[in-house]
Amino acid sequence: MNYKLTIATLAGLGAALAATTSHFAFAKAPSAEAVLTHYSDIALAKYQDSLSTAQALDAAIDALLKNPSAETLAAARTTWVASRVPYQQTEVYRFGNAIVDDWEGRVNAWPLDEGLIDYVDASYGTESDENALYTANMIANASFTVNGEKVDATKITANLLQGLNEAGEIEANVTSGYHAIEFLLWGQDLNGTGKGAGNRAFTDFSVSDCSNGNCDRRRDYLKAVSELLLADLQEMVGNWTTAGAARGALMKDTNAGLSTILTGMGSLSYGEVAGERMKLGLLLNDPEEEHDCFADNTHNSHLYDAVGIQNVYHGSYKRVDGSVLKGPSISELVAHKDSKVNAELTGKLASTITAMNVMATRAETVEAYDQMIGEGNAEGNAVVQAAIDALIDQTKSIERAVSTLELNAIEFEGSDSLDNPNAVFQ
Amino acid sequence: MGWDGYLSHPNFERIVMFRASSFAVLFLSTSVLAAHSDAVFSIANKRDDLIPKDIKRVERITRHTVDFSKAERFEASQGGAGTSRKTANRNAFSHSSENLTFEDELTFKLGNALFRKFWVSSPSSNHASDGLGPLYNARACQSCHLKDGRGHPPTGSETDFTSMLFRLARPAETEQELEALKTYAALNIPDPIYGGQIQDVAITGLQAEAKPSVAYEEIAVTLEGGEVVFLRKPTYTLKKLGYGKLHPKTTLSPRIAQPMIGLGLIDAIHPFDLAKKADPDDKNKDGVSGKLALALDLDGKPTLGRFGWKASQATLHQQNAAAFNGDIGISSEPNPAAHGDCTATQVDCLKRATGVQPRLGDTEAPDPVLGLVDFYTANLAVPARRDVSNTDVLRGKEMFYGSGCVACHTPKYVTSRRAERKEHRFQLIWPYSDFLLHDMGEGLADNQQVGVATGREWRTAPLWGLGLTKTVNGHTFFLHDGRARNYKEAILWHGGEAETARDNFASMQKADREALIKFLGSL
Repeated sequence: MNYKLTIATLAGLGAALAATTSHFAFAKAPSAEAVLTHYSDIALAKYQDSLSTAQALDAAIDALLKNPSAETLAAARTTWVASRVPYQQTEVYRFGNAIVDDWEGRVNAWPLDEGLIDYVDASYGTESDENALYTANMIANASFTVNGEKVDATKITANLLQGLNEAGEIEANVTSGYHAIEFLLWGQDLNGTGKGAGNRAFTDFSVSDCSNGNCDRRRDYLKAVSELLLADLQEMVGNWTTAGAARGALMKDTNAGLSTILTGMGSLSYGEVAGERMKLGLLLNDPEEEHDCFADNTHNSHLYDAVGIQNVYHGSYKRVDGSVLKGPSISELVAHKDSKVNAELTGKLASTITAMNVMATRAETVEAYDQMIGEGNAEGNAVVQAAIDALIDQTKSIERAVSTLELNAIEFEGSDSLDNPNAVFQ
Repeated sequence: MGWDGYLSHPNFERIVMFRASSFAVLFLSTSVLAAHSDAVFSIANKRDDLIPKDIKRVERITRHTVDFSKAERFEASQGGAGTSRKTANRNAFSHSSENLTFEDELTFKLGNALFRKFWVSSPSSNHASDGLGPLYNARACQSCHLKDGRGHPPTGSETDFTSMLFRLARPAETEQELEALKTYAALNIPDPIYGGQIQDVAITGLQAEAKPSVAYEEIAVTLEGGEVVFLRKPTYTLKKLGYGKLHPKTTLSPRIAQPMIGLGLIDAIHPFDLAKKADPDDKNKDGVSGKLALALDLDGKPTLGRFGWKASQATLHQQNAAAFNGDIGISSEPNPAAHGDCTATQVDCLKRATGVQPRLGDTEAPDPVLGLVDFYTANLAVPARRDVSNTDVLRGKEMFYGSGCVACHTPKYVTSRRAERKEHRFQLIWPYSDFLLHDMGEGLADNQQVGVATGREWRTAPLWGLGLTKTVNGHTFFLHDGRARNYKEAILWHGGEAETARDNFASMQKADREALIKFLGSL
């Protein structure tokens, strides 16, 4: 209803303008430039919020290291969970914004072989493995070998961690980002599809009463990985400022820019969240197939991905301080061309949020996400499946929005141009 | 088209048939057909997927260019409409075809997750993930196909051969074995103890088969202008043999893991486009023969081979199933042996639990596992070329054409309109390969026969994506065993049918050689 009102208001404004100028006298949608600018403004706000919550996390980590206790560890965990809220809402900027795609692996790579970072349970397995770093345990070992080259890890620094991401070309060799921090704060979740998250003791960070050995190096790792996350987020904030590279790339071609918005929404909905992060876990009934697996925070991770998709479409983002950043949206562009498609997509995005909330509520009151995807848990499986179905359903409407805005032809544009060597023979 | 299709075909002249003995392309009448008992499979003798107008279009667009002053139309999109235009960074081989729907992207991502999934030994609490080995080379596809790219031999102080393996075979000895080879019931005869491949790892408590090792000898080669290049000649040995000696006549064929890009498009090339280039008896006297590879289809009948270093697999689906089974020890419908490559003499291995869960299916990778991996491997996009209009690149391209490389490294094709998946249909692609078998000389010989491929013959390797090997995998180890450390060495190892082209390269001006290498780097 709100949108109809907005359009009516705009129509009135248009008529008023027409009366005084020679402008066309029909409802005006925002310009593509205005939509892209606001989309970039929301990106900036989301990455700024990701940065500020990561700064809070970094402060909580300082407090934990200064005085390791059950309380300071719990506080650090709480700030980590809070830092995931704005970050997950940025994921809709992937799949099209090349700068974000290039960078994303540094902060949110998953799954990760935690044995590279720290001690793991014997059940994790040590059998001779092709990933030589599977149990390298960087915290316990100041030196190890990657592709035949010795790595000096005497001092654990942000630089060292950055260089070791995807070591030996194995994608699961993740040394940095949210999930590395998550592992250090929670430890392995050894409960399978049973109840409970990771349960690392605060003494793992204690200098005087060290549990599991190498607490000094574990402390160094935690601090270094937190600092690296701040640096990475700072870099992405910079990319979305007025002169930022990601904003600039988007503005180069407005049609391609609009397509990027919808591609990000569709690819995150369907392939990434519905597929890789949810359907696969159900398919394999594998508790390891859980995005925030150490913290049992997967339900929030999925929920806020969906929230991010919705708020990018409507151009309305509620910041962590409670203020709302609202402006010209791609939703208005779609509504201007075909209000039915806009209403349909608006409705489906809302249905997804409902289904995700059912899942998140269940996770917080009945059973964790990894239990929901367990084999033989028909009720839990169904709750997850409902969220998957909603994501798939909304993608069909996203495709309709792409057609409505006549954006499908973009990739084939110029295919008949003789002087365009990038064209495609059809 | 199989025999039934041939015999019932109203117009026999439209069918080309291949004889196993010389593999000459023959246009036969039905009466001659009956007289040739060694005929093994047939291929349509034209693009039967196209209307005449399209045949003309395709012929025109796939003709070798003669204009090297500028890039060709469509040239940068070397994987057709599916070409990836994402940033050419270390993920460059891991993107999905650009022309997929959102729904296809989901299938791709599920396939990707399975491709990188670590299989575990049986029994395990996670029923969907067990079945590893008992003997294996790697626990996940991605462990060898690192970043979906190219494997490598051990480097530096490294000793493990994870992204590389050794195929085993020996000559036939018994009547039965001879008959099997003659009738193509088998493509070769495995080692009686170790089977078709060395698995250098085993599940806990079981002996691994061997520890391979390599020693290199440096050989100096002098090029035009005095430039000296060192080639390293490998010698492979198997240490710590876990199950006794190899058969005295068993040969070792070392193979690095292949890059995964563009495979669905290779599957989609019309067989006639490969057949028309075959010239096994070198009738055109250009010194380059090229013969169609023979593989077995899902029913065990001979058919055209196109995947693998010796093109011994007919389809991507079969290649995937064979790799699952031989390399990871995971069974699937086409390769149902749950114990992988364990032979009858490896009794301890055969006693191990399998990962088959009857309620999920008859194999360790029941539906939809293999299908998802098939989709994934069919849709890893070929990255767009860089610098197609660069003057040096164009000069290098001219050198590449002029020195005879294109006699085997066929630049382009238009894929079949009847390809299995819509995104692969009627695409202009630039793999730079004829996918035929060629004698590559003694230097590269593994002396191991597979089907009709002799111990000196290899399939022409596709070159697309070559220039991003360093970016994605951090190295430039080329050829079947990664012995070449860079483009130059790889070219200089070419012998046999490729000797003339190799000599042309060696005798070029240095600047032209560099330009040719720059061209390869732009692929």
